[in-house]
Amino acid sequence: MTETQTPATTSDAAGFFTLGDPVADTKAPAEASVPTRWEERKSHAKLVNPANRRKIKVIIVGTGLAGAAAGATLGEAGYQVESFCYQDSPRRAHSIAAQGGINAAKNYRNDGDSVYRLFYDTVKGGDFRSRESNSYRLAEVSANIIDQCVAQGVPFAREYGGLLDNRSFGGVQVSRTFYARGQTGQQLLIGAYQALERQVAAGTVTTHTRHEMLELITTEDADGQTHAKGIIVRDMVTGEIETHLGDAVVLATGGYGNVYFLSTNAMGSNVTAAWRAHRKGAYMGNPCYTQIHPTCIPVSGENQSKLTLMSESLRNDGRIWVPKKKEDCAKDPRDIPEEDRDYYLERIYPAFGNLVPRDIASRQAKYMCDDGRGVGPEVDGVRRGVYLDFADAIKRLGRDAVETKYGNLFDMYAQITAENPYEVPMRVYPAVHYVMGGLWVDYDLESNVKGLFVAGEANFSDQGANRLGASALMQGLADGYFVLPYTIANYLADSHERIDESHPAVVEAKKSVEERINHFLTVNGTRSVDSYHKELGHLMWEYCGMERTKEGLSLAIEKIRELKADFWKNVKVLGTAESLNQSLERAGRVADFFELGELMCIDALNRRESCGGHFRAESQTADGEAERIDEEFAYVAAWEWAGEDGHMPVLHKESLSYEAIEMKARSYK
Amino acid sequence: MKITLNIWRQANAAAKGAMQKYELDDVSEDMSFLEMLDLLNENLNEQGEDPVAFDSDCREGICGMCSLMINGQAHGPEVTTTCQLHMRSFKDGETITIEPWRAEPFPVLKDLVVDRSAFDRIIQSGGYISANTGSAPEANNLPVEKAKADRAFDVATCIGCGACVAACPNGSASLFLGAKITHLGSLPQGQPERDTRVVDMVAQHDHEGFGGCTNIGECTAACPKEIPLDVISQLNKDLRTAMKHGY
Repeated sequence: MTETQTPATTSDAAGFFTLGDPVADTKAPAEASVPTRWEERKSHAKLVNPANRRKIKVIIVGTGLAGAAAGATLGEAGYQVESFCYQDSPRRAHSIAAQGGINAAKNYRNDGDSVYRLFYDTVKGGDFRSRESNSYRLAEVSANIIDQCVAQGVPFAREYGGLLDNRSFGGVQVSRTFYARGQTGQQLLIGAYQALERQVAAGTVTTHTRHEMLELITTEDADGQTHAKGIIVRDMVTGEIETHLGDAVVLATGGYGNVYFLSTNAMGSNVTAAWRAHRKGAYMGNPCYTQIHPTCIPVSGENQSKLTLMSESLRNDGRIWVPKKKEDCAKDPRDIPEEDRDYYLERIYPAFGNLVPRDIASRQAKYMCDDGRGVGPEVDGVRRGVYLDFADAIKRLGRDAVETKYGNLFDMYAQITAENPYEVPMRVYPAVHYVMGGLWVDYDLESNVKGLFVAGEANFSDQGANRLGASALMQGLADGYFVLPYTIANYLADSHERIDESHPAVVEAKKSVEERINHFLTVNGTRSVDSYHKELGHLMWEYCGMERTKEGLSLAIEKIRELKADFWKNVKVLGTAESLNQSLERAGRVADFFELGELMCIDALNRRESCGGHFRAESQTADGEAERIDEEFAYVAAWEWAGEDGHMPVLHKESLSYEAIEMKARSYK
Repeated sequence: MKITLNIWRQANAAAKGAMQKYELDDVSEDMSFLEMLDLLNENLNEQGEDPVAFDSDCREGICGMCSLMINGQAHGPEVTTTCQLHMRSFKDGETITIEPWRAEPFPVLKDLVVDRSAFDRIIQSGGYISANTGSAPEANNLPVEKAKADRAFDVATCIGCGACVAACPNGSASLFLGAKITHLGSLPQGQPERDTRVVDMVAQHDHEGFGGCTNIGECTAACPKEIPLDVISQLNKDLRTAMKHGY
């Protein structure tokens, strides 16, 4: 794939990568205007005859919103779908934990919303680092999602007249977010899960629960083009290594936020499926773009295993503040008078106030705590927390109304912290929550590996360098219900070579999986998998977290490499391969996190600009705001795997241009 | 704090299990219950002993993956999921007994991990509204009375964890079943399949080997999402109506 490789010398990451040929999306019909592109693509994409569909097998890995929605829809269309998840049921995928809501350009509030405006907000929110065609399509199909979910029985919040209710979310000035109390993700996922199970009953979908994908099977066609042919999975109960072959493979495996160890992701969320595809040739797009969510419950101690997010919707009514004076930080917040409080977001960003986008809210919280004005218990000598205060909201709306809107979130907070948020302001602090980066895909959501499609958080495409609240659910369902079913048919309509289990590609893939498992079980080292994972996570949070510098990132790469080398020599995994073995599962995931973490740091080091969730300390304005550098960095960084240690990854640039929107500096002041 | 753990160990589905005792000295009351088990597993790993297998995923009380009978109570002493239970709910020096969900349709796979796929099969038998992608009408064409929408939401919060079954002396999944029947039956979209849904789901429930309901109410007391007992009345009512309609 890499005909020309030139050493990159001008980049901060010089010496860590080589530059390959540019890459481009060739599927969005460039001749059509941005608003008509999807219609144009749909009208001309190839179709598969209904009678032929039942002879075609599609493998879908992951059963979150994107995976379950795609599985249900392709099943309804008549394809044979093989669905995989590592959990014990498809219903448990981590989409279920999304709280706040889902955006849709319905304009039910009559407040000036439109497809264009949702598109505009998405591109602006993403800091002009998303692909325009993809973001437009996302806004375009958003309204269909709400219709589909209501028809499935998703119990969205309603008004007394029986019509659907909306709330507003960070980074926008209209009310377009549909919600089901604080459990929107749960309700949407259950809708998709039920649709998927309906297809299981209909015989079109087969589910494989407690199965983990450990390798992608690829072959090359006569033109030297790589195609996805199937996957190798491990049955997590019996340990059996199974081969599943299909005509196309969909990865809907979510994000890789757990590279930071502590995140709001589920314990099992991992990058392995995506990373294995990357190692087989699929480009990784913008891996350094991570989202740090501003309102999570602060870390309480060393043994913490995960962080819990409090929905961003809380910022609609809650006011964020810290004490003006450092000496007030240990006081009971209720004893701090109004004039001694600094409602810093309202002060710095009067137009958006507490509803600024996530990256800004997160960074400001960090600055307040770095300034010594954080609140809550000291961890490692610093108070890392800011107040999210509902006293005004309770006064204005009454306690009952606040309880109706946010009751379950308040309960969750009380459960974890043993504090009552109706009485005492909540304490919140940023935490890793979502990744905008992911496998590179074209307009059809197809990777550069043909027949490999990537949907939802696992791909890089729609959210740019920062995602707006309530847009992840939108993207997952858009990809699964309304995009993939059209685009995958275009690939499946052509005939492709089919292989069987004796094919060398299958034999090789299976062998490499078995060797890796065998390695972990025979190292017989001294350190647990978790201890490595924690140390890696700490490095990532410190050097590739909310604020990044050249020095820090260079140091992180060095340290990650050392730690990785030690991990392979000294990890301790007990038990056997032929049984349920949770340490073994984690060892494989952490091994891939090491390689991903290194690439994230290289990507962050190369991108010497601040954009969206990626803030480089070297690139800021005089008043400390992020400074984007369009002349140099208006591109998607698509990384190609070049091999194990010693082989530098290859950077392919996809340049970004905007037709429907003028590219300008993002300001929320 | 210092605690003693009494944990069910079972190598695999076919093996015979037994309770095993462990001591932990350095437990903090701010730890979650599962973080305490993580700590135990780190210690066991250190000593070269196979760590205790248990299920968990989101660890924020919503995915339904975690389970555990703790001192004989499903999800332990608080009304929440095991992952949201904190060590502050226990006393220093306490002995805590941890077992897997106990019910025949939930066979043990290893240690504290059970197979709950019977729940998926119950949903497959009718726990959905048939609405193919692309066929949906405009969402606001059909207003839904707020009270009904709220009722549907309240019972749709079931996380499918199986605590109701584990708590029930009959091993019945009636609360799980009733919650789904009530969720879909409360909405206008759920009416066309209402009769067949209840008949098919009850049949699958019985086929899986879950027991019948005798209105004891342990299920609702153990439910981390506080699904009310009256969903079972609704279930019975819907079943009666369906029978009258000749199903």
